[in-house]
Amino acid sequence: MSTLTGTGALIRLALRRDRIRLPVWTAVFTAVTASSAAATTAVYPTTGDQQAAVDSINSVPALVALYGPVYAPTLGATSVFKLTAFGAALIALLMIFTAVRHTRAEEEAGRRELLGSAVTGRFAGLAAGVVVTSVSSLVLGFFSGAGLAAAGLPVAGSLAFGLGWAGAGLVFGGVAAVTAQLTKSARAASGLAVVALLAAYFLRAVADSAGPRWLSWASPIGWTQQVRPYAGDVWWVLVVPLLVTAALLVVAVALARVRDIDAGLLPDRAGPAHAGRSLRGAGGLAWRLNRANLAAWLAGYVLIGLVLGGLAGNVGKMLDSDGARALITALGGTQALENAFLAAEFSMAGVITAAYAITALVHLRGEERALRVEPLLATALDRRRLLAGYLLLAAVAPVVLLAALGVTAGLAYGIRTGSPGAEVTRLVGAALAQLPAVWVLAGLAAALFGFLARAVAFAWVALTAFLLLGEFGTLLKLDAWVLDLSPFTHSPKLPGASVQAAPLLWLTALGVVLVAAGVVAFRRRDVVG
Amino acid sequence: MSTAIEIRDLRKSFGHTQALDGLDLTVETGEVHGFLGPNGAGKTTTLRLLLGLLRADAGEMRLLGGDPWRDAVALHRRLAYVPGEVSLWPNLTGGEVIDLLGRLRGGLDPKRRRRYLEMFELDPRTKGRAYSKGNRQKVAVVAALASDVELLLLDEPTSGLDPLMEQIFRECVREERERGRTILLSSHILSEAEALCDRVSIIRAGRLVDSGSLDELRHLSRTTITARLSGAVDGLAHLPGVHDFTADGDHVRLTVDNTELASVLGLLSRGGVRSLTSNPPTLEELFLRHYRTDADRTAVPA
Repeated sequence: MSTLTGTGALIRLALRRDRIRLPVWTAVFTAVTASSAAATTAVYPTTGDQQAAVDSINSVPALVALYGPVYAPTLGATSVFKLTAFGAALIALLMIFTAVRHTRAEEEAGRRELLGSAVTGRFAGLAAGVVVTSVSSLVLGFFSGAGLAAAGLPVAGSLAFGLGWAGAGLVFGGVAAVTAQLTKSARAASGLAVVALLAAYFLRAVADSAGPRWLSWASPIGWTQQVRPYAGDVWWVLVVPLLVTAALLVVAVALARVRDIDAGLLPDRAGPAHAGRSLRGAGGLAWRLNRANLAAWLAGYVLIGLVLGGLAGNVGKMLDSDGARALITALGGTQALENAFLAAEFSMAGVITAAYAITALVHLRGEERALRVEPLLATALDRRRLLAGYLLLAAVAPVVLLAALGVTAGLAYGIRTGSPGAEVTRLVGAALAQLPAVWVLAGLAAALFGFLARAVAFAWVALTAFLLLGEFGTLLKLDAWVLDLSPFTHSPKLPGASVQAAPLLWLTALGVVLVAAGVVAFRRRDVVG
Repeated sequence: MSTAIEIRDLRKSFGHTQALDGLDLTVETGEVHGFLGPNGAGKTTTLRLLLGLLRADAGEMRLLGGDPWRDAVALHRRLAYVPGEVSLWPNLTGGEVIDLLGRLRGGLDPKRRRRYLEMFELDPRTKGRAYSKGNRQKVAVVAALASDVELLLLDEPTSGLDPLMEQIFRECVREERERGRTILLSSHILSEAEALCDRVSIIRAGRLVDSGSLDELRHLSRTTITARLSGAVDGLAHLPGVHDFTADGDHVRLTVDNTELASVLGLLSRGGVRSLTSNPPTLEELFLRHYRTDADRTAVPA
């Protein structure tokens, strides 16, 4: 029997399972690219407008750090400037989850064993996961490029853009294929790959804003940018992600060759024979299951805080055009610019922190699905107590994460300005101002968990929608009421803006109401696997 | 004798699937009660309803004198549950899980914990993800037994155990029964129910089809008789209560309703019996009789 026997059947199985998921994401990305191109054409109709837009965007390091520079004053390059790196990261994320879902997650659930006993080869599962990820990357990239071309942009540049996105999907599908061999749990495999993705994104952010420029070539997200769609279309760059993906797959196969089914490469050690004092109730269990994950997030926030604080101090100094300098001075000096940079980054941190809050409730739902909630609730454990442990995580961990971001950003920035104490206070406040919007998302996830347990992942759709509203809503000239649907629209743009208490209070109240509704509903519903 | 579990006309549906369709079940305090039925008959659904994990659509339930849904937390201090499919936390050891569940239930007896770990030869330091199916099941069984509770709800607890461990499990169940514990044992392993249970309830498609002690159930069923006769016996096939009659030379085989056994034996002895074996119905036969579908019955000519 060949090691790949049955790959075709497994591919069909994977496509059957993803028959809604992948087409929906492809449609979403295609719609975003097409509408973004259409909107940009309307905003910057003439070449002069485009030149002005490029100058102003490239002179704001906050924008360049977040999205990358605009490489040429063309309509196409201006249209995709927000999409290139950012969208590549989202596609990479999607492909990480897709790859792990069809490899390690299958093994962890014991389903691979079931199939392995049928006529499937040793590497059939890995091969099927890789094929599905690669084909979906290419299809998604192709359609997204087609969306741009359909909106009237040059076909060659549109194709280059789509293939650049596909390249990011390919590489991170490969990264996930490797991490799926390393760990026994699917969650850890995805986590490891996401860490790699974050590192890649930060490498390119540093390269684009602070330099050195060549650092961008060390990041797979950087390669997507270096294809430079509509700004010269550097086709040969596309070879880089292909080669790297091939190399990653060779590594994955080599790792798969030396391990047993259901095993990771990191060995299991014996643990304690008795439960420690902290493993007492449902809260203790929730903490135990999530503490390592939270520690990783915290480490990430500390790192990001230091980088952002450091970059913020450079923002004012990096302006090289006299015109821009004059403009900034008119707007309130470099202090205002630095505040704007931090405010943009902090509002993005708010969205990411909301993602953490959602994962806490999604985790509880995962426990329920895995039949691990049932034995707990068969003991003298009140359902409210079980849920409380996870709600605490969803509500309080964001406080810790954002505070850590504020403290570290404040320290790094304050050391440059000479007043670390004051900056820490100011930036902690600014970071914590994102909390009410985070709590709304936590509440939404809790309410979904209570009312429609099977639909708790819908919280992700809501978060993605809010993120896209925030990023593209203004560009698409959506009505104010549409923008107002996102809780993040109502978060203060801190530091540097005035704060109104009212939105913060009603956002918090909304979060509390949603949580309460979720608790009541969970007490009344069936526990379902 | 008081009643530990009393279920009347219990109904539960999931979407269009009717899982329980008017189920009745009575379990007396101090008995080992076998809860039998094939996969999908509604055994696990019934246990989940008794644990307040699911909410009944209609019907009455009493568990240890309380309401399983409303009084769930208080009732659960007095019972322990072994799920049919044991899923452990991948990075918690078996020992940690046993302690956690014990603490959540309101405490566990360290002496019993140690004893059962030894009996089942379970290493409590192994991580959840590294246990085999059988060992995961042992973790749940040890956690349940170590708590020393009034009522044990066991959902196919031996489905992953090897024969040796199954034997040890049976000893434990007998021991608990000696100590006056009530046990509801869901199973489709009939030899297990035959060996352990005082009474059994057989369910099919969400309804009770038969309930009682094994003797009672047998009484209502049929005995298989095989005999070699020296002379011919007329009319045997047409005697009331005789079924599945076959004759091959001097060899006769039939099944007979236990109520009609005497008349069959009378007629046989007139024909001169050279050898005779009589087999009381096994639980398996009882079971199959209830599960033979109507289509099967009409297909076999009487």
